[in-house]
Amino acid sequence: MRKTDSTPELPATTTDGMGGTVALEVNSPVDAPVGEKAKAFVGRSPGQLAWLRLKRDRTAKVSAITLLVLVVIALLSPVIEKLRGIAPTQPFTDKLNDYAMPLGYAGGMNGTHWLGLEPGNGRDILMQLVYGMRTSLLIAFAAAIVASAIGVLIGIVAGYARGWLDTAINWVIDLTLAFPFLIFALAIIPIVEDNFYGERDAIPASFRVILIIATFALFSWTYTARLVRGQVIALREREFVEAARAAGANTGHILFRQLLPNIWAPILVTLSLNVPAFITTEAALAFVNIGVIEPTPDLGRMIFNSIQYVASDPWYTLWPGLTIFILVLAFNLLGDSLRDALDPKSTR
Amino acid sequence: MTETLVQEPGTEPVGPSRPAGEPLLVVEDLTKHFPVRSGMFGKTGLVRAVDGVSFSVRAGETLGLVGESGCGKTTTGRMLVRLLDSTSGKITFEGKDITHAKGGGLRQLRQDMQIIFQDPYASLNPRHTVGRIVAMPLQVNGINPPGGVKKRVQELLELVGLNPEHYNRYPHEFSGGQRQRIGVARALALRPKIIVADEPVSALDVSIQAQVINLLRELQRELDLAFVFIAHDLAVVRHFCQRIGVMYLGKMVEIGDRETIYERPAHPYTRALLSAVPDVTKMGASGRIRLEGDVPTPLNPPSGCRFRTRCWKAQEVCASEEPPLTVKSNGTVAACHFPEDGAIK
Repeated sequence: MRKTDSTPELPATTTDGMGGTVALEVNSPVDAPVGEKAKAFVGRSPGQLAWLRLKRDRTAKVSAITLLVLVVIALLSPVIEKLRGIAPTQPFTDKLNDYAMPLGYAGGMNGTHWLGLEPGNGRDILMQLVYGMRTSLLIAFAAAIVASAIGVLIGIVAGYARGWLDTAINWVIDLTLAFPFLIFALAIIPIVEDNFYGERDAIPASFRVILIIATFALFSWTYTARLVRGQVIALREREFVEAARAAGANTGHILFRQLLPNIWAPILVTLSLNVPAFITTEAALAFVNIGVIEPTPDLGRMIFNSIQYVASDPWYTLWPGLTIFILVLAFNLLGDSLRDALDPKSTR
Repeated sequence: MTETLVQEPGTEPVGPSRPAGEPLLVVEDLTKHFPVRSGMFGKTGLVRAVDGVSFSVRAGETLGLVGESGCGKTTTGRMLVRLLDSTSGKITFEGKDITHAKGGGLRQLRQDMQIIFQDPYASLNPRHTVGRIVAMPLQVNGINPPGGVKKRVQELLELVGLNPEHYNRYPHEFSGGQRQRIGVARALALRPKIIVADEPVSALDVSIQAQVINLLRELQRELDLAFVFIAHDLAVVRHFCQRIGVMYLGKMVEIGDRETIYERPAHPYTRALLSAVPDVTKMGASGRIRLEGDVPTPLNPPSGCRFRTRCWKAQEVCASEEPPLTVKSNGTVAACHFPEDGAIK
């Protein structure tokens, strides 16, 4: 090979006519807005690029706004209670007819009770819905975060340790995945409660909520752990990890400084897709009578209760059903958009 | 065997600034065997990736390691920087046995010995800024250079021909050649004495290859670096290396200075390898030596001389007796019972 030139590649900048410096040979992201040129020297991290892509995604925008509104409503439920002056458990039996059905049209919808009343006990559906959403979201988010935390930790350990530890963890994961969740939950929740409370004791609602969160987390960390383990195995052989090792980095540095920043994206995506899955499963628990206990409002239990009135008062079924539908759809769409934004190369 | 290598004739300094004296790095009879097995209780085998390789590198010298893919050059390189542990053999750096160095000794060693990787797209963490990547070796070793880490990083970026203002950029914003320069800057951060370059230009465009090679040359002159340059591109090796070792199936078959290896090689394999280099001055395929068959599996290498299954000069003795590395009449050290003589046609 001839020596083609003796000067190394030009220090890669020249000045452009507009008084700014322009980098040569820099693959600026295609989606960079033109106005960004002036501050060309501030590099954009992959995270910032993903954020840019997400912001341009209309589906993501709509679902994010929907979720934001619903979450804010759920969080502000005590404020809404104060403003409206109606408690979620307040019975309006005087507004029910002799057959315990709400008076008026469309499930008793009127200016005071915007979404009508529950047949039977005459509670305000809107307040039940708002508080029920709070319960559902709390359970889903808490379970998703706990499950992800356990999954990330175990996945990193399994992926990096290899050997017998990896085999053992994989075996546990396989075992956990083989359990039918609903049947196991049906068995475990009453057993644990019996352990802590006697037959005559009233089980506090918070205990049941914590138990549900723990059951979800116990069964769902496996997906994240599998994913993280695979990612760690794929990344640990990459040359940037070897470069860190060659420079004398310890395991902690390699795991948390080199590897973890590269696996945030899939973790975030599974987290965002776990939440809607937990919302629906939590609703399903109500059907087997191991969901959230009265009087804590809950979307799943509302649907369960409404089934017996579905012929005479379909509105009662409609509202919680619609709420769950919107919540889950918005979460799933946002999760999909998030995946597209974080990993634009992946195809659906 | 090692003695012959150290006092190898015809390898006196040809480079510009090469202090004579003790070799910086001495490798003796290095081996790496990878156990393979099929299934949990299946048969186990042994891949002899590197099987008894010896060489030495002086301060400021460049040694090229060439050979086909799978001949063990990369494995050798990784063992030198202790990314892989050797199965047996001895690596001596500045007179100290570093084969099994651990803890503080290994840490010190890693400051003197760095590696440049082949794939500039895989060797930089995509989530870190260039500044963080180049500063990483300083940080993990707890070094705080005078003037601060940032200043040192910017000096390094300038040294490799990058704009120091690019400190805050991310790897995806650079081209392949620029990325490889970042890799070089990272390797230089600890001021090493020797750099193992594992096919540093194979993944780059030909025009960019020349730039990176020239950069490495200039750095070598300025910083008096020694290089172990692993490559399969013979033209690049000829341009960059003062001494060249040819490997075949985990063994060193010939080692000598550049001129002799390229003009009068003793080992038939070296001749075959060189004849495969396209040369515009010689039209046609007149001088091409075509080797028959494939490289044998390192799971079960041939007896005696490993090249005998493909060698046109092989005789019975080649199968029964492994040829030792000895000085041949052309001046190189080669392992062959029937060495070639005279210049390449």
